[in-house]
Amino acid sequence: MREYLNNIWTALVTIMIGMKVTFKHLFVPAVTIQYPDVKPQLPERERNRLYVNMDDCIGCDQCARACPVDCISIETVKAIPGEDLGKTSNDKRKALWVTKFDIDFAKCCYCQLCVFPCPTECIYMTDVYEFSEFERENLLYDFVTLTPEEREEKKKNYAQFEAQKAAEKAAKAAASNKPAENKGQ
Amino acid sequence: MIYNFFYSITGSLLIADIIQSLLPLFIFILPFALFAVWLERKVSAHMQDRLGPMRVGSHGWLQTIADIMKLVQKEDIVATENDKPLFNIAPVLVFVGTYAAFAAIPFSSAYIGSNIDLGIFFIIAVSGFVVAGILMAGWSSNNKYSLLGAMRSAAQIISYEIPTILVIITIIMITGTLNLNTLSEMQTGHFWNWMILGGPQLGIVKFLLIPFMIIGFVIIYISTLAEVNRTPFDIPEAESELVSGYHTEYTGMKFAMFFLAEYANMFAVSAIVTVLFFGGYQSPIGYLGNLLHLKWLIPIEQLFWFTTKGIFFVFVQMWLRWTLPRLRVDQLMAACWKYLIPIAFVNLIIIGLITLL
Repeated sequence: MREYLNNIWTALVTIMIGMKVTFKHLFVPAVTIQYPDVKPQLPERERNRLYVNMDDCIGCDQCARACPVDCISIETVKAIPGEDLGKTSNDKRKALWVTKFDIDFAKCCYCQLCVFPCPTECIYMTDVYEFSEFERENLLYDFVTLTPEEREEKKKNYAQFEAQKAAEKAAKAAASNKPAENKGQ
Repeated sequence: MIYNFFYSITGSLLIADIIQSLLPLFIFILPFALFAVWLERKVSAHMQDRLGPMRVGSHGWLQTIADIMKLVQKEDIVATENDKPLFNIAPVLVFVGTYAAFAAIPFSSAYIGSNIDLGIFFIIAVSGFVVAGILMAGWSSNNKYSLLGAMRSAAQIISYEIPTILVIITIIMITGTLNLNTLSEMQTGHFWNWMILGGPQLGIVKFLLIPFMIIGFVIIYISTLAEVNRTPFDIPEAESELVSGYHTEYTGMKFAMFFLAEYANMFAVSAIVTVLFFGGYQSPIGYLGNLLHLKWLIPIEQLFWFTTKGIFFVFVQMWLRWTLPRLRVDQLMAACWKYLIPIAFVNLIIIGLITLL
């Protein structure tokens, strides 16, 4: 009998305690963040989408080599003499035209390993994290500032320059060979 | 009174009957169910420090309307192994059982669906339809979870009807009437005339009754909670054990009818508790209509007080739901047969002796 009454008493009291707790929580401000309207405060060193400042890029390929998933692909073309590419913000002379600087964010694992080797600190993490796409190809970002025609032109210029140099060399060689030939005769 | 009003307007008994019988559905049950679903989601969210629906309308008040629009458009799936006639009748029967109970509930002195002398008896009898409907739904679904849910539901509702009826009998012993309208009229005046505070008569009997009335109220509240299958007594539709019990196989509007019946039932039992213990549609503090000598204001105030009390008890049901965990089947049966029924019997005897005084 004692246990019976005790059970009833415990049940009623514990239900009351539980109801008191839930009633208090009715007036506790909600922890929900209304996401698209209110953005959560992210930590200072969060790692999100990469950005490449092409004004400072010298095309050294160190970031592509550091990448563990090979998501960065870089192609460069040497500048021909007479072309001035300017200097980077920390006084490094730019000697290469960067004709391809693609980062595939479908592959990128956001490890930040590409950021540290950069001698000019031109590749870095931004705070953009909302860049989902419907098509996977759209995640292939092209950072080069040159237009496709300019890229072709730079390649052609270099090829011409090389051809010219080769021709000059050949001509020089031919010129230096001729007297020898003559001597031999 | 409303009936006479419609009769005088339309001049046809049949049309007045139809309007009268559809009134609680469209004026009360549907809006209430929509509001209660929204309230449930908001209450649960805020009790868990969330926000709940916030997108559709200000603080999500249009959310349930959007949900019902979605349910109306949904495909009505009937599986090949289902027992089709039973499967189709079951949601209707569940809803009918709930809806018929509203016929005898006095919303205000001017509106009661049917002022029958056997009011409370009628409500208890007609709620039996709900059990039949749930059993039919579980059996005809041809799904093990549905059947388990239905069996549990039948066992639970039948067990918990006993303490409910025992408490109702104690009230009937004191008041001597089964008519809910008369019962409400008896508790007129102020809140100290309510049955929970010993009823309208004065003297030593009133004060002797108060503790036993409170015990009776607690018993009927717990057992009606079990009858409408709400947590902590929601083992018939225990999501984590039985998918969702007897309405697992239902889609679209049939599912919506079960849902509507559940919320309408919540209000129906709250209304019964209100009428039996908390003065029905009577105001606790007197009427503004009497103060301003506006006779037409009183029924409107009564409707306001009735819905306020009803919604308060619905809110307490939700509050309990988000506070307590679900009972095991044996605990459920123990709570009913070992605790509620013996206490209700003792309560019945003691109140009987007090009324003899």
